Amino acid sequence: MKIVVCVKQVPDSEAKISASGDKISWGDAALVINPFDEYAVEGALLQKEAGGGTVTAMCLGPEAGRDALKHALAMGADEAILISDPALSALDTQGAAQILAAAVKKISGVDILLFGRQTLDDGSGLTAAQTASVLGWPMLGFVGHIQAEAGAVQVSRVIEEGRQTARAPLQVVMSIVQSIGEPRYPSFMGIRKASKATIPVWTLADLGVSAPAQYVSRLELVTPPSREVTCDIVTGDNAEAIASTLADKILA
Amino acid sequence: MKTLVYIDHFKGTVQPASWEALGVAKEFGDAVAVILGSGVEEMANTAFEMGANRVLVADSAGLADYRAEPYASTLAAIATSQQADLVLLPTTTRTREIAAMAAIELNTGVLVDLVGLSLEGDRLVGLRPIYEGKLAEKVACSGKPVIATLRARAFPRPERNTSHTGQPTPVGAKTDSATEILGYEVAEQALSVSDASVVVSGGRGTSNNPTLTPPAGLDEKQAEIWRAHEGFKLIGGLAAVLGAAVGASRAAVDGGYVPYSHQVGQTGKVIAPDLYIACGISGAIQHIVGIRSAKLVVAINKDADAPIFKVARYGVVGDLFQIVPALAEAFKKKLGK
Repeated sequence: MKIVVCVKQVPDSEAKISASGDKISWGDAALVINPFDEYAVEGALLQKEAGGGTVTAMCLGPEAGRDALKHALAMGADEAILISDPALSALDTQGAAQILAAAVKKISGVDILLFGRQTLDDGSGLTAAQTASVLGWPMLGFVGHIQAEAGAVQVSRVIEEGRQTARAPLQVVMSIVQSIGEPRYPSFMGIRKASKATIPVWTLADLGVSAPAQYVSRLELVTPPSREVTCDIVTGDNAEAIASTLADKILA
Repeated sequence: MKTLVYIDHFKGTVQPASWEALGVAKEFGDAVAVILGSGVEEMANTAFEMGANRVLVADSAGLADYRAEPYASTLAAIATSQQADLVLLPTTTRTREIAAMAAIELNTGVLVDLVGLSLEGDRLVGLRPIYEGKLAEKVACSGKPVIATLRARAFPRPERNTSHTGQPTPVGAKTDSATEILGYEVAEQALSVSDASVVVSGGRGTSNNPTLTPPAGLDEKQAEIWRAHEGFKLIGGLAAVLGAAVGASRAAVDGGYVPYSHQVGQTGKVIAPDLYIACGISGAIQHIVGIRSAKLVVAINKDADAPIFKVARYGVVGDLFQIVPALAEAFKKKLGK
């Protein structure tokens, strides 16, 4: 089984984020592997352990993405690829999907392509489904459990209303949610291996594609008004009266 | 402007944010509701009552279960044949996929999870939170149609008018899919706290019900956990009424009341539900950080000085063992369950 998992490097969720002009800054806050992508890496490693094969971590983005890839290697991924090109500075999710699909084709023979459900930065949660669409592979979103079968996967999808069990043939794209299991900590040997690993950089020329069209663009960054909440304390004669008033306020 | 509004539903139960999207569409002109599924007449009637000018229905056994590919392809085909300027969807787990994949088929882009959408000149400009709500960005789409998903409760819901009726128009369905749906399970804790749009959480306060007498033979710690389980039954009852996930504070998971998977406010695990109800949670700093992106925070705590009230929009200073079950009953009545 050849598994590819897409990861991204993002500011830690504790980071203070600010905007000046069209630049986003997170001060000296640490960059970390996108937490949802860690679950995707865990999902990939579980599949490898169950059925053999290889796990390749892939990151589309600037040089900082190397650290996310090293984290995936330290967790147990076999190899890593960074896709980076100055011509890709203004990518929207549609464009990212075109590039990732081209990379999956270049790797060739990929059975399963995994993503985290969304990123902490842009958080669009679109790229997995769009990459599936470009590849023409089935898309299974919000997967919390994977059971590999001969030439197929049976999965449990976590949806608003509960769980759905579905089966799709390989090759398949999935987005992973945290029910997959807690991501393992990098091992000492894993960290050593990751620090020595050479991570190839693929450019547009390597992929044989040109910069994709951009449809979605940012016009302006907006700093939301600071969250000054005045708590409206609900009172009443008894629990029923309080509950009724509170329910009305919540539903309003 | 001609706008298609995708009405998102699970086996006939509509995600109410669909109607909010319909209300937005009406402000821009011609609002056409699109319903995909099998046996969806009743939803079509509701769509008229909620203000749709027309209702297009792709009714097919092949669409009985949601699957990403046929739903996206059907919506894309309708957008093409209707020459839509704008396609609106409520933001749900399904619609992120449908919008994403339809955009690839239509060679356009998606403005996702918007909290604002307006016409500036003849350009549609969306406003969306990024970086877990710490920033927002104004975005535009140069493709046609513009596809946008709208965050639940960010836009007003139109009034229902039962005298507004009409005949739905059948349209073709695309049903090709390699994916096979094997079944459903609506488990007690199917939805993890990160994935849920509503989260009801319990804290240390769940173990403080003085009216309960634990069974004989339990030591102090076991009795505390027994009391907390009784408290979490009430939390679970309210969560069930709201279709919500059950969350817990660090104190509650460290105390052994519920498994760690329920914890809210763990490093790297920020939740962003539309509604967060904290019951018997004082509000330690990591908990406050963890719920920063929650849209509406409600706190129930007997201590009026608890820090949780500083981040809550609505609060009740009182006994969760009385308020939580009463709130579950109140929602049952008001939601018609």
